[in-house]
Amino acid sequence: MISWPNLVSQLFNGLALGALLALISSGLTIIYGTLGVLNLAHGAMFMIGGYAGFVTYQYTESFILAVIAGSLFVMLLGIVMERTIIRHFYHRPHEDQLLVTFGLGICFVEIIRLIFSSQSQLVPPPAIFQGITNLGFMFYPTYRLAVVGIVAIALGALFIVLYRTRLGMIVRAGIEDSVMVDSLGINVYRVFMMVFGIGAMAAGFAGIVNAPVVSLTPGIGDDILVQTFVVVVIGGVGSFPGAILGGLIAGEIISVTSMFNPGYAYVMLFAAMTLVLVVRPHGLLGVQGRE
Amino acid sequence: MLKQRPFLIETLTAVGLIVAPFVLPHLGFAPNTVNRILVWGLFGLGFDILFGFTGLLSFGQSAFYGTGGFVAAYLLTRAGFSNVLGALVIGMIAAAATGYLIGLIALRRTGIYFAMITVAIAEVFFFVEFNPLSDFTGGENGLPGVPTPSFDLGFTSIHFTNGWSLYQFIALCYFVGVIIALRIVRSPVGAILSAIRDNPLRATAVGHNIHGYKLTAFVIAAAYAGFAGGLLGVLQAFMPPDAFTFDTSGQLVMQTAIGGRGTLFGPLVGATVWLFLQDFLQSALGLGAAWKLVLGVVFVLLVCFLRGGIIGGLVDLYGFISGKRARKAAETEEIDVETPQAPPAPMQAKEVAHPAYSGPILKATGLTKRYGGLVANSDIDFSVDQGELRGIIGPNGAGKSTFFKMLTCEVAPTSGQIMFEGRNITGLKVTEVCQLGLTKSYQVNQLFTGLTVRQNLTIAALAELRGKFRLDLFRSLAGVKGLTEQVEHTLALVNLTRRADTPVSELAYGEKRRLEIGLALATSPRLLLLDEPLAGMSPRERVETVKLLKSIARGRTMIIIDHDMDSLFELVERVTVLQEGRVLVSGTPEEIKTNAAVQEAYLGGVHGEIAA
Repeated sequence: MISWPNLVSQLFNGLALGALLALISSGLTIIYGTLGVLNLAHGAMFMIGGYAGFVTYQYTESFILAVIAGSLFVMLLGIVMERTIIRHFYHRPHEDQLLVTFGLGICFVEIIRLIFSSQSQLVPPPAIFQGITNLGFMFYPTYRLAVVGIVAIALGALFIVLYRTRLGMIVRAGIEDSVMVDSLGINVYRVFMMVFGIGAMAAGFAGIVNAPVVSLTPGIGDDILVQTFVVVVIGGVGSFPGAILGGLIAGEIISVTSMFNPGYAYVMLFAAMTLVLVVRPHGLLGVQGRE
Repeated sequence: MLKQRPFLIETLTAVGLIVAPFVLPHLGFAPNTVNRILVWGLFGLGFDILFGFTGLLSFGQSAFYGTGGFVAAYLLTRAGFSNVLGALVIGMIAAAATGYLIGLIALRRTGIYFAMITVAIAEVFFFVEFNPLSDFTGGENGLPGVPTPSFDLGFTSIHFTNGWSLYQFIALCYFVGVIIALRIVRSPVGAILSAIRDNPLRATAVGHNIHGYKLTAFVIAAAYAGFAGGLLGVLQAFMPPDAFTFDTSGQLVMQTAIGGRGTLFGPLVGATVWLFLQDFLQSALGLGAAWKLVLGVVFVLLVCFLRGGIIGGLVDLYGFISGKRARKAAETEEIDVETPQAPPAPMQAKEVAHPAYSGPILKATGLTKRYGGLVANSDIDFSVDQGELRGIIGPNGAGKSTFFKMLTCEVAPTSGQIMFEGRNITGLKVTEVCQLGLTKSYQVNQLFTGLTVRQNLTIAALAELRGKFRLDLFRSLAGVKGLTEQVEHTLALVNLTRRADTPVSELAYGEKRRLEIGLALATSPRLLLLDEPLAGMSPRERVETVKLLKSIARGRTMIIIDHDMDSLFELVERVTVLQEGRVLVSGTPEEIKTNAAVQEAYLGGVHGEIAA
């Protein structure tokens, strides 16, 4: 039953899923780390990225344009959301932040359902990544391999933004101590807006890149959101490296378990999360303090 | 506002439930809809205790709703169990037990972590129900054929079949649920749950094991969810698998927030609005699938603009209308606030555990605290005798507050040992230390800001009277022996009797400072640490507070940090001076005043210049 090609193929699937989860979780975690808001609409952002890309693809038939338009649209949506609603919640309790982002997520899903109905939509992979690739020891869908590469590039870009730019420095400083950054005379609110936009864009980008792998439905973000939570708990809230490590771990757990019985994928994921919570309550790469 | 009359809420609930079948049909409610509202309302009673009262927002209640529902449905359909009520109770117990286990994991963290973990857990239950356990749960088909309850009374039997007949059974369940929830909320445990929502740090510091209480709230919520889940199966004659979905948890959260959290009836109101709008928007307005979007928008607007939900809004409105009248009456009264009162009798500290001990009440040896490379305290030896009044002074950054935090076990020392009444307390938790009789009033106020002055002191006194954890869920606050006396006495001591029923947020700064001391005092400590009790007070308030400190010093040991040396030297018998994390010198106030090293430390070499 367990054959080597099968296992390796699942490991690759896990890598692709893990890379996506890492990207989405990075978005969630830098928003939380900087703004202190857990965005429960993050799954909906992922979903909207897919649909925005889908619409662009319908008109242009260009996958690259679809990716660009999808990401930018979600970034814009994130910025508008931060400007109009989220900013009024920075000084309200965590519960209220959770409630309002949860409500917004539902609104987004329902709007998409109204426009596109609940039927699944397809975005084909770009021509150069179609078909399957012979890896020597097995055949594997080309696009899934490409996903790993594309997401790795996106994570690299995010890394550069976070670790090599002025904005990134402020964001990382803000994760450590937002009060201090505030008192240094930096316009935190503008930074907050940018961070929310970038965090949302990470989810939107993942959404359109993932669209050719699975078909789009309005509810596609819900499962992703739950998996993202597990990733963040495993990796540590507010930690970018933690999100990547957690994402890869979660991706592999889901894929490898699915090979035996998909029903146990979540059970194993949950077991891993529990283990981390018991052994390292602040996550593998998380730091104590932020809560 | 409705507290004066006992059983008023219970009576109103009963009347409402009896009248409902005669009124609601005229408003367009089908009996089945009403029954569903009641099931959601019952589900929400427990959830509101968890979320509204304790402040723990769980997005995973579907796990317990489903567990209770499927256990009860399995017993009734597959296991040949015929007692419906018995099956519901077993389902409830199963859900509560599951809640206990899940709570152990989820409550390891708070805030957003807690929310994320509960979401993940609920998702696991959903998949387990569908896959590994599908032989028992029917997988995606659910369990059809759940019977309705019937009771054999010997001479006749009552069978609740459907519609309004089944309503009687469900309404009775809901009524019992309300009575139990009200008892819990009004019990000492209920008071402590509110304190945890308000300020978990202080709830811990006054001596409550808040983890235990949070777990209690979690299990209560799970039990309610389990029973409601069972009722859902009975109501629909079918246990649907979607009870386990994330949507179920989400709907519960939204209904509770729409109706009003922290009110117990919020979920019922929210469910009514939800199900009514769902029917109304879908059929009457022909909106089809858009109904959920409308509800989503309504929900977001409510969270943004009406935090207390519908009930909260109505209460505010009522308060606004009636408050105008009340305020006019109060204005005439408040002028004579400053009338002096007869000083109250001093308050007894709690009994010593082993009276035979006669050494120093507190003895710290080699106490050191490092934060990375920064040494906050280094090798402090410190001893205080029973009944002593000790002052600690030192320039800013001398490590005074860190020293206090180590003594009360808020932070663990890097090395060194702390003995309290001959007992080694190094490494104990702040809760346990407070229970032993050592507590502190904070430099920055740590009050329960959402509660009244009396409620604040009640929380602290409860810790002393009941110990750190006790499950007296059905006892009323009035039933706690000595509570009223202790609270009244503390109120009188800190001169807040007139302000007893004022919310903390409306107190003046000096009053908040006195309440801060009162909170520590109400736990009846034998050793009381006061971190800058005079900070930020006006000269007149200082005089008052020094008087207060003198009166509470009788019969107990106190250590006081303050920068106001005139007041401090007048108050204490001995003074210890800290500088750069070390003990510079100890002595009587007279000795300290004339000590050259102290003058050096405070005046930074002026002494030397004068000499030169």
